[in-house]
Amino acid sequence: MSVLVNKHSKVIVQGFTGKEGTFHATQMIEYGTNVIGGVTPGKGGTLHLERPVFHTVADAVAAGADTSVIFVPPPFAADAIMEAAEAGIKVIICITEGIPVQDMVKAKAYLQNTEARLIGPNCPGVITPGEAKCGIMPGFIHRKGSIGIVSRSGTLTYEAVDQVTKAGMGQSTCIGIGGDPIVGTTTKEAVELLMNDPETEGIIMIGEIGGGMEAEAAYWIKENGTKPVVGFIAGQTAPKGRKMGHAGAIIGGAADTAEAKMKIMAECGIHVVQSPATIGATMAQVLKGVAV
Amino acid sequence: MNLHEYQGKELLKSYGVAIQDGTVAHTVEEAIAAYNELAAKTGNKFAVIKAQIHAGGRGKGGGVKLVKNLDDVKTHAGNILGMMLKTPQTPGGMEGPGKLVRKILIAEDAYVPDFDACKEFYISVLTDRESKTNVIIYSTEGGMDIEAVAENTPHLVHKEYVHPTLGLQGFQARKIAFNLGLSGDAFKQMVKFVTALYQAFVGSDATLFEINPCVVTGENRVIAVDAKVALDDNALYRHADLEAMRDEDEEDPTDVEARQYDLNFVNLDGNVGCMVNGAGLAMATMDVIKLSGGEPANFLDVGGTADARRVEQAFRIILKDEKVKAILINIFGGIVRCDRVAQGVIDAYKNIGDIKVPIIVRLQGTNADIAKQMIDESGLAVHSAILLQEAADLVSKVLAEVK
Repeated sequence: MSVLVNKHSKVIVQGFTGKEGTFHATQMIEYGTNVIGGVTPGKGGTLHLERPVFHTVADAVAAGADTSVIFVPPPFAADAIMEAAEAGIKVIICITEGIPVQDMVKAKAYLQNTEARLIGPNCPGVITPGEAKCGIMPGFIHRKGSIGIVSRSGTLTYEAVDQVTKAGMGQSTCIGIGGDPIVGTTTKEAVELLMNDPETEGIIMIGEIGGGMEAEAAYWIKENGTKPVVGFIAGQTAPKGRKMGHAGAIIGGAADTAEAKMKIMAECGIHVVQSPATIGATMAQVLKGVAV
Repeated sequence: MNLHEYQGKELLKSYGVAIQDGTVAHTVEEAIAAYNELAAKTGNKFAVIKAQIHAGGRGKGGGVKLVKNLDDVKTHAGNILGMMLKTPQTPGGMEGPGKLVRKILIAEDAYVPDFDACKEFYISVLTDRESKTNVIIYSTEGGMDIEAVAENTPHLVHKEYVHPTLGLQGFQARKIAFNLGLSGDAFKQMVKFVTALYQAFVGSDATLFEINPCVVTGENRVIAVDAKVALDDNALYRHADLEAMRDEDEEDPTDVEARQYDLNFVNLDGNVGCMVNGAGLAMATMDVIKLSGGEPANFLDVGGTADARRVEQAFRIILKDEKVKAILINIFGGIVRCDRVAQGVIDAYKNIGDIKVPIIVRLQGTNADIAKQMIDESGLAVHSAILLQEAADLVSKVLAEVK
């Protein structure tokens, strides 16, 4: 088992024939992901990377697609998300960075009446090692295993993955939920998926400054958690009121700070690490039953 | 992107939101002309001069003055233009250097003629991350610090969540006006005000509107007397008119230069510069610097393509800061190979020539071993690491040596 994506996922790429889409679709296929084709309006009926191109997501769904990875440029990305949801795609993973907030407000509302789950935007994607890589993460650092990872960041997730692998463990599924203020799947929702996954034995939850998602997840874990969780919040040294790269990483009020979030997480029984260099080692110790 | 008060008001006005009348001035002469014009229009001699900088609390540092004749205008316009205005929100606060005032707003005194009949309210619009929709936050306690009001008297702060696609409905605008205790003409004007305000928020792709105070005058005018406006950087592509309002004088010069190179940079006060790929890892790297006994001098995300040109630009920007005693480069090479990044670092280093501060390079990911070997054999005064913990230990070691 795993969550969201696996070897049975029938994956399409929206923005298939573009530069980003082509590059990452190639990498996904090389990893062994079951990419059945892609969507580029106007290029339907042609072949790209030896796979069919569809005019619409609906055509791709008719051909069996159930998962979509979106590389469409920001002005058109919210539209691409809604098209995927309307067509019946179950898991929509939006990699695109830089979508206007008001576009996402509308897209998020649109999704409420569909069965789709959106991951992202502005995220590295989702990977179930050895089965499916749906995103831009480097495949080779992952190893099949039992640690689930949830994170708002890209390279910081890779850092955690790498530490987990080097500590002799592996990952069940890694979910990059994205760095924007409005994301499709929250930290709590992603943690919940992993908590209910029989193959996941431990969860690493990586957050950052801004918003209340980590606190919400921590309170949920306190009430419902059945597996150990190791947590880290990036941005302990970030100044107030400045956007730190990610559109969502900004300290407005006191609850947005890394300190406040780490305090709540620790109170809720999460093993909070101060240094991002010790995420993997801490998880290994926690699983061995060593007090940290 | 933030707007000046006068720009924010122009934006509001274009959507039919009533504002305190006023004109921006860059010189005392312009201020005098603006005052004369305003006095002719309002029929009274009272006006307000307000410093235009990107920071709140301007009154506390002497950046807002009431004037009632031409002599006042000359005196205060002369004093405020060119002053280094310190407010609780300028860098370093009231103890900091302040910000240079280049522009002033000559505005009508909204409280004339009947000061006691005026009511001050607080109204803001923003996107609520939890409910994933826009919300109007409002209070009868205008002109005050809203965070303090929320802390001390939470029952006086109201929130109206707006439907994400249908927008603000009439009953919601009426509820806001009722809750503010208004009736009659003032009620009608407030309904009109918040309706137009919400349209302006969505129409301009704003991330924050803060009208504090919104004043209801004795004659039942409802006007924005101050306006703090922040716009969504990601939506500026569809608002060329608003993008043109960007005032680079208000931004940190290093931040402006970094933006020209398309580097994501925030200047900070510390002694260890850093260069990282990815925003999350960049923040985490700053945390590592702190835990290793240093203070981060900046946030810098070089993005996915850490090639020689970008690394060189990043080096140059970090090295402008004389407080920087060491630089930590932390790249997690996934799609981008570490040996390429290493070559970029070596080339950039050689191009710049005389780098005096010690540099720690941590490259992890594809071909990390080859990259480390390249750095070690380059003959440059660069420390190399593969594990993040090794890099952290090197920061401590280097800082101990330079102190």
